[in-house]
Amino acid sequence: MYDAKYHKPSSVADAVAALSGAEEGKVLSGGQTLIPTMKQHLAAPSDLVDVRGIDGMSGVTAADGTVTIGAATTHADVASNADVLAHLPGLACLAGGIGDPAVRAMGTIGGSVANNDPAADYPAAVLGLGATVVTDKREIAADDFFQGMFTTALDEGEIITAIRFPVAKKAGYAKLPNPASRYAIAGVFVADTGAGVRVAVTGAGEDGVHRNAALEAALGGDFSADAVEGVAANEDGMMADIHASAAYRAHVVNVLAKRAVQAS
Amino acid sequence: MSDGIGARVERKEDKRFITGKGKYTDDIRMDNQAYAAFVRCPVAHAKINGIDSSAAMAMEGVIAVHTGPEMKADEIGDIITGWSITSKDGSPMQCGVWNPMVTTYGRYVGDAVAVVVAETQDIARAAAEVVELDYEELPAVAAADVALTDGAPQVHENVPGNLIFNWEIGDEAKTEAAMAGAHHVTELDITNNRLAPNPMEPRSAVATYDEAEDHYTLYTTSQNPHVARLVLSAFYNVAPEHKLRVIAPDVGGGFGSKIYIYPEELTCLWASMKTGRSVKWTSDRSEAFMTDAHGRDHVTKAKMGFDADGNIVAFHVDTIANIGAYVSLFATATPTYLYGTLWSGTYAMPAIYGTVRAVHTNTVPVDAYRGAGRPEATYMIERMMETASREMGIHPAELRRRNFVKEFPYQTEVILQYDSGDYFKMLDEGEKAADVAGFAARKADSAARGKLRGLGYSTFVEACGIAPSAAVGSLGAAVGLWESCEVRVNPVGTVEVLTGSHSHGQGHETTFAQLVSDRFGIPIDNVQIVHGDTDKVQMGMGTYGSRSGPVGMSAVVKALDKVEEKAKKIAAHTLEASEDDIVIENGEVKVAGTDKKMGWHEVGLAAYIAHNLPEGMEPGLKETAFYDPLNFSFPSGALICEVEVDPDTGVTDIVKFTAVDDFGTIINPNIVEGQVHGGVTQGIGQAMLEQVVYDETGQLITGSYMDYCMPRADDVPSFTLDHTCTPSPLNPLGVKGCGEAGAIGAPPAVINAITDAIGSNDLQMPATPLAVWTALQANKTAMAAE
Repeated sequence: MYDAKYHKPSSVADAVAALSGAEEGKVLSGGQTLIPTMKQHLAAPSDLVDVRGIDGMSGVTAADGTVTIGAATTHADVASNADVLAHLPGLACLAGGIGDPAVRAMGTIGGSVANNDPAADYPAAVLGLGATVVTDKREIAADDFFQGMFTTALDEGEIITAIRFPVAKKAGYAKLPNPASRYAIAGVFVADTGAGVRVAVTGAGEDGVHRNAALEAALGGDFSADAVEGVAANEDGMMADIHASAAYRAHVVNVLAKRAVQAS
Repeated sequence: MSDGIGARVERKEDKRFITGKGKYTDDIRMDNQAYAAFVRCPVAHAKINGIDSSAAMAMEGVIAVHTGPEMKADEIGDIITGWSITSKDGSPMQCGVWNPMVTTYGRYVGDAVAVVVAETQDIARAAAEVVELDYEELPAVAAADVALTDGAPQVHENVPGNLIFNWEIGDEAKTEAAMAGAHHVTELDITNNRLAPNPMEPRSAVATYDEAEDHYTLYTTSQNPHVARLVLSAFYNVAPEHKLRVIAPDVGGGFGSKIYIYPEELTCLWASMKTGRSVKWTSDRSEAFMTDAHGRDHVTKAKMGFDADGNIVAFHVDTIANIGAYVSLFATATPTYLYGTLWSGTYAMPAIYGTVRAVHTNTVPVDAYRGAGRPEATYMIERMMETASREMGIHPAELRRRNFVKEFPYQTEVILQYDSGDYFKMLDEGEKAADVAGFAARKADSAARGKLRGLGYSTFVEACGIAPSAAVGSLGAAVGLWESCEVRVNPVGTVEVLTGSHSHGQGHETTFAQLVSDRFGIPIDNVQIVHGDTDKVQMGMGTYGSRSGPVGMSAVVKALDKVEEKAKKIAAHTLEASEDDIVIENGEVKVAGTDKKMGWHEVGLAAYIAHNLPEGMEPGLKETAFYDPLNFSFPSGALICEVEVDPDTGVTDIVKFTAVDDFGTIINPNIVEGQVHGGVTQGIGQAMLEQVVYDETGQLITGSYMDYCMPRADDVPSFTLDHTCTPSPLNPLGVKGCGEAGAIGAPPAVINAITDAIGSNDLQMPATPLAVWTALQANKTAMAAE
């Protein structure tokens, strides 16, 4: 690993200042992707700005039909949080299935969402629930936030501070893990928001997390596993690699949609 | 004695391993230590036109950058292979030359091109990244069958058509005739997937050149430090043997991959002389994927003929074995004498014939990996048996019973003579333990939940304890495969056993001590096992091929015999009795039928005080033995796997795995079970999870655990294990070896279970969710077409 300067600011303003003053600064949250990438010499930031010590960046609050999760909240804390379990059990379940216990103890929701790995779990929940990404500068709707593999609406130096989830009537997540990495070969988050049905797919698409219109249409009329039966598997835009063909991923997306509805 | 043969004692070495106090090569810190990092060929085939190390040399902390041509100029030898194979036309094998560092051509991704020596590991690695290679990329080939096609890229100029040898075994005419007359012929195309060995501890070396003494010391991750010293000395020209000490301290797993003497360890030795510094190199996992010898990688067409009663009449095999870019140490023996000689399986086959074509490709060298040839043979035979049983409508267990070898010793049609066994009993016990009788009800229960349940068998035999020296010599081996032991009884009666076997996870410090405990009735805590250091143990052949039991322990027994004989003479003299009346038990040396006795420690003391020894006897109590085995030993087993498949996703769950093995005499059931757990888990890994994948250009796709799937605890069930026992009549303990059995026997049991569940024989390893689902879709399509 190359040397990097480590900062641990106590406020968002200090974090932003540290990033803007760095030659090539990176936000460090749980470090579950960034640190291994640095170890492999695939990333060499000059400065690491650790946001975990920032007041108010961690923890969950629930009020007025929304659940707000601080960006530096770990997966383990989301999985076991009483408010999340009460209002969005599907989200708690998703968080409890990310990686392994070590990853869940360190990894954070803000880090996962900012990284937008095409096979990560959280982007499916953020998009599937129509959440809002709150940054140091603005609020970004999930539909505008994810812009393709590892690409988001975040500006250079912009820091996610929280994710705000609207409470859904029903929501569930199902994934098929890649046997090797345990990332999602496909993961489907379904939500009956009360104002409509949203279906977000991670792991499977060539452009990362995306919504599935055919499944949303089918489930919009009848939010049941049976409603998925008639939906044709659609290979368009599906990723193909040594672990899964496009046809397999398309098929599995529908299977997982059913299971996510059943789990909701 | 509670610590003796058969006792389920805890492993002595676990205290230091579990508490993190093991001493591995990377834990060694020398004064004046520098670090090596390698510059590697980035493409599968390239002509290196130039190496510019100026940027690296300009970095602070960089000591030296050295290249292959410099190594050549210093007359460091090329990497050797240890077994010559003759083609069926009588011609000798053709191997490409393996320079430890590239002189002109890089032939696989990861081929070492240059070494950087620097003050720290970070600096060495950073500097290696800025060494610039001027190279011309050449056409490459990764798949063995493609490498044999006309016009395929040539890996080595001196190996036309990439064919290293075309070897045959068995009787072709007899087999063809029997096949022609067969009532039923089963045919299968079988791929044995390429695996990366992945020991928990990656390879590492710390090399020191002492200029004053003109002496080298190498700490290294080796399964056979004496063989390493021999090869480094006699073939690589590092130093004569008495000027080279090789130490393999605690080694964290090998599975075959640490048998070989690789370019990196050799380069560290050479670099220590060039730089005057101790040079350490420790592989990271990415380097391990692209430089540790891989395993398996066969493509086979097999045909098995049966008569109307289901008796095998002929077996025909045509295998292409991928050897990789260079021919590694055991690479030629693995797909020939460790593979073809096992083609009879547990069955009485009257006619067998086959060929193996070994092929160069632009991939990491392939060599022996846990099982080495026997997993490939077993997978093929056991899949043939299951497929034939389905085609002929005979229950798979019944078809096996009809064909089992019934009397021992049994001379196969492919050289080997099996020592002992009772295949009926192990299958009977296996079926009972697996509750085969209740399978139909469990299958119905699965079906009610929308799942497909399947049951698969594997009844294997394998050859352990490699091997009689003269016999392997006649088949092309460059060395003999005996083992040595020295037993030292100290004046206080404690015992040191110096063995040429090497423990890298096998628990020798416990089991070898149990042999001493059993013999002299002293606790295993009074016994120290010394291994892995060429300055302490004079010579040994190391540990691989499950040989530490049948060969290494036999040497221990032989040395113990000599110690016992001398101890009895001393006791008889001291106690004024006849030597024939002396018995040793519970730590006491007694005159049978009397109350005359002395403590074991008193015998030790008498031997060294030497005031009152028999006339003419030398003082001391220390004996040496070399044991050369009479034959291989032949463990066997019945493995039964039960799976449940989710037809919607292809995800397969192993719900039960039963293994009833015959390892002959068992020294420590605890350790044997651990070996079976690990072996079966690796077998399940091969069957369902693991595969090295290269793309068509020879780039390694599975270069990390993100893509290469190792079995994890939740991938395997709690195993159901039992044993039968037919002791080997050919070694003093009757042991047969257990280290590889699980990895050998498990893969076909798993695949036979999955193919049973999905109703299709068209499935290759690894049976990933994608592969199983794809086979299910193909099966649906085929059934719809009918």
